[in-house]
Parts: sequence; structure tokens; C-alpha cells
Amino acid sequence: MNLLEIRNLSLSIGAHNILKGVDLSLSPGEIVAVTGESGSGKSMTALSVMQLLPETAEASGSIQLEEQELLDLPEDQLCALRGQSIGMVFQEPMTALNPVKSIGDQVMETILIHKALPPAQAEERAREVLTRVGLPPNRFPLSRFPHELSGGQRQRVVIAMAIALRPRLLIADEPTTALDVTTQAQILDLLQGLVTEYGMGMLMITHDLAVVADLADHIVVMRHGEVVETGHTRHLLRHMQHPYTRMLFEASDHQVTLPPVPDLQPLLAVADVVRDYRKPRTRLFAPPEFHRAVDGVSFTLHRGERLGLVGESGCGKSTLTRAILGLEEVQQGHILLDGSTVFSGHKPDRAVRRKMQVVFQDPFGSFNPRHKVHRLITEPFYLMDAPPKGTERSDRIAEMLAAVGLSPDDASKYIHEFSGGQRQRIAIARALITRPKLILFDEAVSALDVSVRAQILDLLAELCEAYDLTYLFISHDLNVVRTITDRVMVMQAGKIVEQGDTEQVFSDPQHPYTEALLAAAPRLPKITRGVA
Amino acid sequence: MLRYTLKRLLSLTLSLAVASMVIFAVIEVAPGDPASFMLGVNAQPDTLAALRTELGLDVPKTERYLTWVGGMLTGDFGTSYTYRTPVSQMIADRMWVSLPLALYALTLSTLIAFPAGIYAASRRGKPGDIAVMGATQLGVAVPNFWFAMMLVLVFAINLRWFNAGGFAGWDKGFGPAMQSLTLPAIALALPQAAILARVMRSALLDVLGEDFMRTARAKGLSRRQALWRHGLRNALIPVLTIIGLQFSFLLAGSIIIEQVFYLPGLGRLVFQAISSRDLIVVESVVMLLVFAVIVVNFVVDLAYAAVDPRLKSRT
Repeated sequence: MNLLEIRNLSLSIGAHNILKGVDLSLSPGEIVAVTGESGSGKSMTALSVMQLLPETAEASGSIQLEEQELLDLPEDQLCALRGQSIGMVFQEPMTALNPVKSIGDQVMETILIHKALPPAQAEERAREVLTRVGLPPNRFPLSRFPHELSGGQRQRVVIAMAIALRPRLLIADEPTTALDVTTQAQILDLLQGLVTEYGMGMLMITHDLAVVADLADHIVVMRHGEVVETGHTRHLLRHMQHPYTRMLFEASDHQVTLPPVPDLQPLLAVADVVRDYRKPRTRLFAPPEFHRAVDGVSFTLHRGERLGLVGESGCGKSTLTRAILGLEEVQQGHILLDGSTVFSGHKPDRAVRRKMQVVFQDPFGSFNPRHKVHRLITEPFYLMDAPPKGTERSDRIAEMLAAVGLSPDDASKYIHEFSGGQRQRIAIARALITRPKLILFDEAVSALDVSVRAQILDLLAELCEAYDLTYLFISHDLNVVRTITDRVMVMQAGKIVEQGDTEQVFSDPQHPYTEALLAAAPRLPKITRGVA
Repeated sequence: MLRYTLKRLLSLTLSLAVASMVIFAVIEVAPGDPASFMLGVNAQPDTLAALRTELGLDVPKTERYLTWVGGMLTGDFGTSYTYRTPVSQMIADRMWVSLPLALYALTLSTLIAFPAGIYAASRRGKPGDIAVMGATQLGVAVPNFWFAMMLVLVFAINLRWFNAGGFAGWDKGFGPAMQSLTLPAIALALPQAAILARVMRSALLDVLGEDFMRTARAKGLSRRQALWRHGLRNALIPVLTIIGLQFSFLLAGSIIIEQVFYLPGLGRLVFQAISSRDLIVVESVVMLLVFAVIVVNFVVDLAYAAVDPRLKSRT
């Protein structure tokens, strides 16, 4: 008997058809991964099982949990099932917990709301599950609040809540997407261990094919609300039938060829840079304490070179980026671009500042929605003493839009008319328009779907060829860094622990931290390529 | 929590000190000499000088400030220029009307606003929500003195349940005193309740969209349980802010309602004192109101920390 059986599930919200005839089944003790790009309907499939859909959603077809039909179950019976028979883990551990309740209360609530145990025993059970997920109460008392925990620890609390009553089905919706690679590896381990130990079935929603290949027994590939391919993991990886599946896997492991680096002439020199942040005082008249975010970092970036910077969140990547851009002053050391310091006195030097540009992670948040594209991409002109005017200006706009694969007509559109990938192209056009000597890419492809990401990586490779780009590419995604950079630096706790030629560092890491980082990153199996 | 409280207390004391200086400075530079005002334009210079000495207006400003502050700390607010009675007594009499009135109105407004806001938020876009929002729109738009007049017409003149105005006094007992405050309190409370209900609704709607509400539902809580257990406390921060502001407003801003119901409250006292250049009364009442506002803010700060544990560790 199957634990979960979804037959011909269709879902519409207003005039939009979100799901079209989805079929899926799951046995006890099995991990089924639903994968696809954004908008494929994978999360909606998960929420349909929970029956936690938007009020205007209309579902048809059948969802059976142990032969009990969920679609026509009244709300009170659904409430009895949720948390008891079906547990769910969400993507964003930072916001999935109630900030004003202690973690003990929140775990106990799952038990108490179903009246599974009396309060004293519920507390005992809460201790047990928290210990099981790796938060033993002697180190993490039940009275802790979510804000006192890290992202990975919070995700463990969310998992503890979901498994407190040992549900038969666990739904995990992108459970590790917001986490660092090493934390991701631990959480995936934990989930896999729980499935084996409790004999649960797990429905895992993820866009990360490497995670899918590592973890799942069965894979369901979705696109535009439809299941395009499904099969046993090993079988499907060997014999992909649908071109979309093949495209997805190829795009996830997309490789580009960069032009060779010209002779080594230093462009950016960072020497012994230290950046301290003042911590909030612990006592009223206590001497201030400092957190050293960047700790004696030195490196040189040569003209025409593509340098990568990897490390986990909080390692100081972003602080270093801000210091190079002259957005923050450093306490020690100096940063020289083309021989001049970024900061002169306590102010960033405009003459130096105009030689670099930056592309940020979020294609939705980094544009002013009230300006048209031509104004958005010419913003760096404000840094110039004599910015181009008239036809020269419009020619430059047209040239840049064409260079990033858009049409010159797009200049008169607003940013909301573009998709995420197109917006990132516009961000690149904005960074390129003044022909800066250095571009910083701060997680510039991390928010994009794999197919779009592959296109942007291709674009970067082309632009390297056409404009001799020099860039610093900051990312937590090791696969991307491996293909898009010549040299790479690994950062841990404010220090550069290893740097060298990208291939060299990836194939033969010297520092234990680099080794750990590479070992934790889930890998796509090699069998996927070249097999049709 | 202790450190948080001490920090808030320190900031309270500093605010009071700064406020007292500002109030003194502003009122001192305001045109109009109380002595010449009291004696009229034809006063003899020597009479004027004598009165100025008597009122203590001839000593240097710093000394007058220190005397004023020192006096207030010991409960001596000075003597009214116009009535020649101790200011502390005048304020105390009025306080016995204004403070209960403000508390009464605030309680009513909270009692109306909480259920209305929660009801509307839990039925977003449905007829119940639209009805509540329509009513609050009206409550915000209609001035409170008009409500006051309508209340008098219906409950005092037609039904004769209440007196149309005046204050019975606490010496007549709790019942009659509260009865004479009821209509003014309702008139004051209705517009405040309308604002508070709207804030409550929008704060709750914001919280209902949060990820942790979905987590709560995934645990098996019903919509209603999730709203009460997880939504309400998170929505309280903006609501507490508004309640704090409303209390301060009700304490001093009820002058129109005091006029309509002929109540001897603080608002009327200030109004009369300003008209007769009774600076010492104005200064003292303003200082007292500032004190009340700052204390209310202090209480609201403590309430924030009780509601949201993140604040305790952040400061």
C-alpha cells in the first residue's frame, strides 16, 4: 500500500492553472524528490497535500494518505491530520518560528494541540526530539528563543516540531536552500536518518538537483504545473527521457570556457585589511568589544583575471566586498585600485570609485521600480565628470543592452516588465556601462533558476571575451565558482585560509576547511552527462 | 530585563530634565508680562515693580528655573498669579477629573477596538470586515464633539439616563462620579477606538502573512487557534504604541469634550491660564503632562519587552 497517492491533481487560483494533472506516489520509508524551476508548481503540490492552499485555490483530482481522501476532508479533520500524520519543514528557518515564543513551547505545542500527551510528558517528549535533532537541552534549554539560535539550529527546531508526533509523512519544502553547504549536509543527514529510523515517507521539494541525486529514491521532475518525467533515481539519471530533464541536469552543471588571462599586471591590491565591528555593550560602562569581521586579508587581483571568493555566511565575504567598494572604511591595512587608495581621508575617492561597479544577488530588490531602464543603467554616469550626452548616451545604452542580450527598445520599459534573469542582465549592463576596470559580482547568480543561471554564465564568458573583464566573483556556490573563475580564495572567520588556481584548489585542497567545504557540497553524479 | 528597565529609567530621567528646560525657556521667551497683564495698561511703574517682586519675576532666570524645578520635586508648584492659590492644589483638583476620564475612555476604546480589529482581520474581505472597516471610517471622520452632542441628545435629554453635563464630584461616591464621566468617556473613546481597531486589524493582517503562521497551521492548529496563539502577541507592538499615544492625548486633549460637558478638567485649566498669562500654572501643567507622556512611554517600553523577548537582549 502506498503512503501517499496523488492522482490527476489539478489546481487553479483564479484564472491561473497552477497544477495540471499531477500524479505522484510515495511508500513508507521512501524519499521522493519533486524538482523543477520556479513556477513549476512543486511547492503548490506540497501545500496541496497539507491542504494549506490560498483560500481562492480550487483543487480537483485525488490526494490519498493511506487510502484516506484528503481533498474532501472537512477542515477540523485536516487539522487533526496536520502535525499528527503529516509533518512539514519549510524553506526559511529564520522566519518559520514564532519570534516571541520559546523553542520548548513551540515544540510542545505540536504535541499538546493534538492532545497526544499530558503537559509534563509533552515536555519530556520535546526534550527527546530536540536531542534527536541535535539540540540537547543541556546546551540548548527549552527556554531559548529563536533569535538566540543560528539558521541551522532553527531549522533543527522546525524539524523537531514536524517529527514530534512521528508523522507517517514528512514534507520538506526546500529545507536547506537558505543554509550554508556544511549546515546543509548536516540537515540532509538528519532528515535521511529520521526517515530510516521512523520509517516515515518523505516528500522533498527542491530545485537543487545535486541534493536530489544524493538523497532521493524517486525523482519527479515538474515544469509549468505538469510532471514531465518520473522514475527511480538511479534509473532516471541514466536514462533521461524528457529533453527538459536533460536540460535541467546539464544546466546545473553548466561549464563555460573563459578566455586566457593576459600578462599579470596588478589591478587591485588588498593588504592586511582589518575591519572591526563594535558589539553592543554588555554592561553600561564596560569597555566596548569588537567583532573582527575581516582579519588581516591580503591578495592581489590582476588585470583580466577572474577571481573567486567562497566561504560560508558570516565569514566576512560581504564585509570585504563593501570595503573594496569604499562603502565602509577599514581599520587597518589598505586597498589600492590601479595604484590609488579607495579611501582618501575618511571619504571614498570618486576617481577611484568610478573604476569599479557591482552586481548584487537580488534581481528584484536592486532596482528603483519607478525609473525606466535607460535611467537605471546610466546611473553610474553620475560618477563621471563628463558623462556622455545626447546620441552618445543613447548609443551607449543601446550598445550595452545589446551586449547583455536585450533589445535597445527595452530602454524605455520599467523594471517590473522583466523576468529575474533579464533583470540580472540589466544589472550587468548597468555595471558595464562606464567600462569599469573591476566588477564585483556579489552572489550575482545565486537567486536564479539553473537554466537562467547557465545563460548568465554564458553571457559572462562572452563579455570576458568582448570587454576583457576583470572581476571578483563572490559566491557560496562552489560549482559556479569552479567554472567562472581562474583563481579562487577560500575565506573562513575573516581570514583567507587558502588561495590558488581554481582547478588546483578544487581538485587538491590544502586547507582542512576547504576540504570540509568541498566534501559537504552535494555533487551531481557524472553519469548524467552525455547519456541520452 | 533589569538592565533593560534601568536603561529605560535613565532615559526617562534625562528626558524629564531636558523637557523641563525647554518648557521653561519657551514660556519665558513668550511675549506678555504677567504682572503688567494683571494690573492693566495704566499701572504705575512702582506698583508694577512691587508686584513683580512679589511674584518672584525680578530674580535671574537660572535662579527662577532652579526654584521652579526644586519646588516641583518637593510638590510645591508655586502660587497661581491670577488666583493666588497653590498651583499644586489647582492641578490636583483637576487631575481627579482628567485622569479617571482618560483611563475610562482608554479602557472603553481598547474594549471596543480589540474585538473589532480581531474580528475584521479574521474575516478579511468578507462582509463582516467591510462593515467594521466602514464603521471605523466613520469613527475616524466624525469629530468627537459631534458624538458628544448626539450622546447628550439621546441619553441625557431624551432618555434621561445621564446628566447633560457637570461633574458630581468623588465625594458623592463612586457611582455618581462615574455616571457623570460616562458620556464624555464614550465621546472620547469612539474616535480613538476606530483608529485603534484599524491599527489592530492591519497589524494582525501583517502577522497572518508571516511564515510562522503557516508553520503553526502545519502543526495542526486551526485558523482561529493560530491567530490567538501566534498572531495576537506579535501584532501587539504597533497596537501598544498607539495606546500609549492615545493615553497622552486623552489626558490633555480632551478640552473640547470638557467644554461640551462642562467638566472641570486639566484642559480647561490650561486654557484659562493661557488666556490670563498665568505662566506658572501653564508651566506646571505642561510639565505635568510631559511627565505623564514620558511615564506612559516608559510603561509602553516595558510592555514591548514583555511582549517581544528580542528587545530584552538587543538593548
